[in-house]
Amino acid sequence: MSNLQVNIGALALKNPVMTASGTFGYGLEFQDFMPLDGLGGIIVKGTTLKPREGNDYPRMAETASGMLNCVGLQNKGVDYFCEHIYPQIKDIDTNMIVNVSGSSPEDYAECAARIDALERIPAIELNISCPNVKDGGMAFGVTCAGAESVVRAVRERYHKTLIVKLSPNVTNIADIARVCEAQGADSVSLINTLMGMAVDIEHRRPLLSIGTGGLSGSCVKPVALRMVWQVAKAVKIPVVGLGGISTATDAIEFLMAGATAIEIGTANFLDPAVTIKVRDGIDQWLERHGCKDIHEIIGCLG
Amino acid sequence: MKKFILDLRVQAVERLSERHILLKLTHQNTLSEMLPGQFVEVRVDGSPNTFLRRPISINYIDREHNELWLLVAMVGDGTRQLGRLQVGDKLNCVLPLGNGFTLPENPSERLLLVGGGVGLAPMLCLGAHLASMGCQPVFLLGGRTKNDVLELDIFKRYGRVCVTTEDGSLGEQGFVTNHSVLKEPFDRIYTCGPTPMMKAVARYARENGIGCEVSLENLMACGLGACLCCVEKTVDGNLCVCKDGPVFNIQRLLW
Repeated sequence: MSNLQVNIGALALKNPVMTASGTFGYGLEFQDFMPLDGLGGIIVKGTTLKPREGNDYPRMAETASGMLNCVGLQNKGVDYFCEHIYPQIKDIDTNMIVNVSGSSPEDYAECAARIDALERIPAIELNISCPNVKDGGMAFGVTCAGAESVVRAVRERYHKTLIVKLSPNVTNIADIARVCEAQGADSVSLINTLMGMAVDIEHRRPLLSIGTGGLSGSCVKPVALRMVWQVAKAVKIPVVGLGGISTATDAIEFLMAGATAIEIGTANFLDPAVTIKVRDGIDQWLERHGCKDIHEIIGCLG
Repeated sequence: MKKFILDLRVQAVERLSERHILLKLTHQNTLSEMLPGQFVEVRVDGSPNTFLRRPISINYIDREHNELWLLVAMVGDGTRQLGRLQVGDKLNCVLPLGNGFTLPENPSERLLLVGGGVGLAPMLCLGAHLASMGCQPVFLLGGRTKNDVLELDIFKRYGRVCVTTEDGSLGEQGFVTNHSVLKEPFDRIYTCGPTPMMKAVARYARENGIGCEVSLENLMACGLGACLCCVEKTVDGNLCVCKDGPVFNIQRLLW
């Protein structure tokens, strides 16, 4: 067994495999299929200061090797999370990380501050990249000024590991990553979904209730990989890579491109035990290639 | 109820009509407990345009032969690919998913089970279970033509069967809500089928003060309550059809 442990700021992960927000519920939904404590981290559903109902149905459309969604951050709000969900997940022996979203820098900061108080949540992932909400979300992630305002506000009130999740729907993702680093982010994760759409030609209307949605799944992997490579070269903080990962080979590509850890998202829908298989596959690959430590391959592309 | 990911073996593929196949699946171990109304997410291999699993309701559980039956309507690339399965093939399934129907407390309750199109599938599983409890379910099955009214012989094992077809080729002509059996009194109605049919049945139940549960079929991705794609608006807000359903009491729906 090779050493799989990696660090994201002050956060130690027993291996680089985490789950992407919005694809793994609160972890509990998957515990019949795999040992949750076998993961490096679980990033739970996007949480906002106030409850949100999300967008109308239909929220999903299947595409070639992927899917579009426009869920729109449906969640019961941070207070419900702290009171009802946190007690159920706090003893899972892995890094339980909360994805935080909002509609103003103050919103984000207040939500983050409430989660800061939860002992067993060692990190948050700041979602400045949700393409499916009108107010906030991606609006902050597509400009340097927007990203700066949110990360600064949250950094003032959040004292643990801060990961900022970036949008691919930008001209230069490395510029946004640099701004997050300058404002004190401990890490950036990328990519969130790519904005797309699909049309029902019989009824002559979009397939999704709000017209557009976020594309995820295997089809986005080459784009995500390219962006991870660019960002890893642009910042000194660790990069978390995600977008279309469904096998150990995919994960190793991201690690070689410069990701210190990876997240698996949509693939959880196809195989609810995929994350553990990817972890084991990385380990086997390292062993086969005589690598004693995963750091031998992280960023090896240069 | 614990969920599993299993490679089930195809024991039989029966062509029930031009558009429908019945898959009889088994496993080397005894199949786990499953409830009427629950469903299975099947992985479709060898269909490049099919990315997600397909949710398919449990049609019948044959404990004697350790078989799980899935009735598949071949409507798209994914389900047509399932139609190409052959005896001995493996089918990767996540099961059992969802909540299941509420069973009557008293076997003397008068129960009507209304199924339309491929929505009749879970009514067989439910009817068989009710019969095993000592109930005497009445089935009301509807289709466009007689070719849509499937598994009639098996339904008849578990209760009285009434049929409607839109073209009159079998049973009474019209929709299920026009059938003469509705003149009889019922204590509880269960239904699954096209949404307009279920809404009509729900309206009938409401007007007559009869308790009613419907099984919904919203588009799903994960099947586990993780992605929140398949939501239905309810008196409790948006709920996942895959986890909080697929069975809902009509009093919780905004129909």
